[in-house]
Amino acid sequence: MSSQTRADGAVDEAVEVTYREAVRLAFDDELASDPTVVLLGEDIAAAGGPFKTTEGLFEKYGGDRVIDTPIAENGFCGMALGMAMTGMRPVVEIMFSDFLPTAYDAIAMEMPRLRFMSGGQTSAPVTVRASGGGGGRFGAQTSSTGESWFLQFLGLQIAVSGSPQSAYGLLRTAIRENNPVVVFEHKALHGVKGPLVRGDTGLPKIGEAEVVREGSDVTVVGSLLMVHRALEASGTLAAEGIDAEVIDIRWVRPLDLPAIRQSLEKTGRLVVLEEQYHEGGWGSAVVSRLTEAGFSWQNPPVLVSMPDVLISHSPPLEDLMIPSVERIEDAVRTAVSG
Amino acid sequence: MRGLVPGTVHLAQGHEGVAVGAHAALEAEDWVVCTYRGHHHSLARGMGLEPLFAEIMGRTTGACRGMGGSSYVTDFSLGMLGSPAIIGAAVPLGAGAAMSAKLLGQNRISVTFFGDGACNIGAFHEALNMAQLWKVPGVFVIENNQYGEYTPYRKSTALVADIANRGDAYGMANTVVDGQDAVAVYEVVAEARARAIAGEGPTLIEAKTYRYRGHSRTDPGTYRPDGELDAWKARDPIDILGARLEEAGILSTAERDFLWEEVQAMVDEASDRAETGAWPSLEEAESYVLAD
Repeated sequence: MSSQTRADGAVDEAVEVTYREAVRLAFDDELASDPTVVLLGEDIAAAGGPFKTTEGLFEKYGGDRVIDTPIAENGFCGMALGMAMTGMRPVVEIMFSDFLPTAYDAIAMEMPRLRFMSGGQTSAPVTVRASGGGGGRFGAQTSSTGESWFLQFLGLQIAVSGSPQSAYGLLRTAIRENNPVVVFEHKALHGVKGPLVRGDTGLPKIGEAEVVREGSDVTVVGSLLMVHRALEASGTLAAEGIDAEVIDIRWVRPLDLPAIRQSLEKTGRLVVLEEQYHEGGWGSAVVSRLTEAGFSWQNPPVLVSMPDVLISHSPPLEDLMIPSVERIEDAVRTAVSG
Repeated sequence: MRGLVPGTVHLAQGHEGVAVGAHAALEAEDWVVCTYRGHHHSLARGMGLEPLFAEIMGRTTGACRGMGGSSYVTDFSLGMLGSPAIIGAAVPLGAGAAMSAKLLGQNRISVTFFGDGACNIGAFHEALNMAQLWKVPGVFVIENNQYGEYTPYRKSTALVADIANRGDAYGMANTVVDGQDAVAVYEVVAEARARAIAGEGPTLIEAKTYRYRGHSRTDPGTYRPDGELDAWKARDPIDILGARLEEAGILSTAERDFLWEEVQAMVDEASDRAETGAWPSLEEAESYVLAD
């Protein structure tokens, strides 16, 4: 997307920004457009955020809009829910995805259930943001993507940002959504640059995947860093005559099965890339749902995920864990050889 | 047993003084959060008997359209935000509602009710810390009914003296009140509300009370020492309030007896009507998962 035409005819041109800057711009635009939007998290105010995604916002919007919290995730997520039910649109930052389990009650058991339990009397427009994923040599308690941990908690929408444009658009869509949304970012992408069209038009819809590379031979579906690596692999594969279509799922819930199926009808071959363990992940849901819906597999789907080992900070070990560009290329070759 | 009430129930007989006293001190615009032991709060806040009974019976005519049940009965139109079953979850929720009131510059407070059992979980401490740090207009009421489920609170709670004193650790105003005396509860809650509205920060109130029944439907409460229940019943909150009203010349014994009969008739009638309510459909349930 290099430009976008607004309703009034004005054209928003794409600019090159980092993923981190795209997050900051999404916050800036939402804070500017809705006075009930507030950000809460650890070190996000004067310090600008542990991943520098809130730099300058405290200075611009003040301490009532950009609020430093104590290190008390369950407490401030529960408070954010109380705020969301009483007229505000809070966004909480959880820093590392691995810290999400400390707030499991607030996020999994309270946010998505109080509306249902009340028979629809209330809603919870709250966004939870977390940065996860490996590659930083952070070790076992600060390297998970966490993207599938909340799959069983119906009522939560779950977004995964694979590019600066997605990081910007998904976050703004999440903040505007009237239901709780968990937005996952990837630490290794924060410094990655890409085109960004800023503005209110063209914000992604809930549950809408994006075809980030069109191709005809094989459908490669991934999230977060895996999208980035799939695009990198697609160049090498193209040189070998393999034309890969790459889909960034963008939403773990709801999954865009129609988009994946549409691509599969064209290519007939599927590779699923997950930076997580296979069991209980969204990848198996893709395969089971397509199978159940009657998709006839001419070639077995190829599922790439992490081996059943915990992540170490030791570089050679971590590199074996996170699906690499080479491993993705091999998986695609396997898929098309059938 | 006619099987009208599915699942479990957590009764609050004995806690009436806390609910009646506290809610009398609140305004319609205030937010209220309670817990799965919350029938008394629903009624004291103004919920009708029929929607309460119908909810407990799982009917679509219930306050929560039959989606909540005894534990989760609530009414947003009365400013009630919910009654979570997860111990401690109510405390951050109430603190957050108070934070909204502060940030939006509204002239309202939140009041959060929870038990002595919630005072040992992280959510309680995390929320009180932030509530005081940000001086939110919140009142936190511990209904100390002497038991966290089946265990006397003294066996699970390390204390200097009273649970309310834990507020001292956060620099939060705190006080202990006789939960059997609705007027005494009214007075401390009214004072705490005035402080909150004046921007002087939150208050932690410990109302000492007693649960006449077991923790839940399946608990006969046999772990209680002989005579304990009778000793508390001798200080029944309804009797104490009745005596105060009689003393003040507001309500005679004959009028109280008449009221009891009236209330019993209202309860019977509401219960009879509630059990004629329709069952909710799957389509209704689906519509409550996500907001538009």
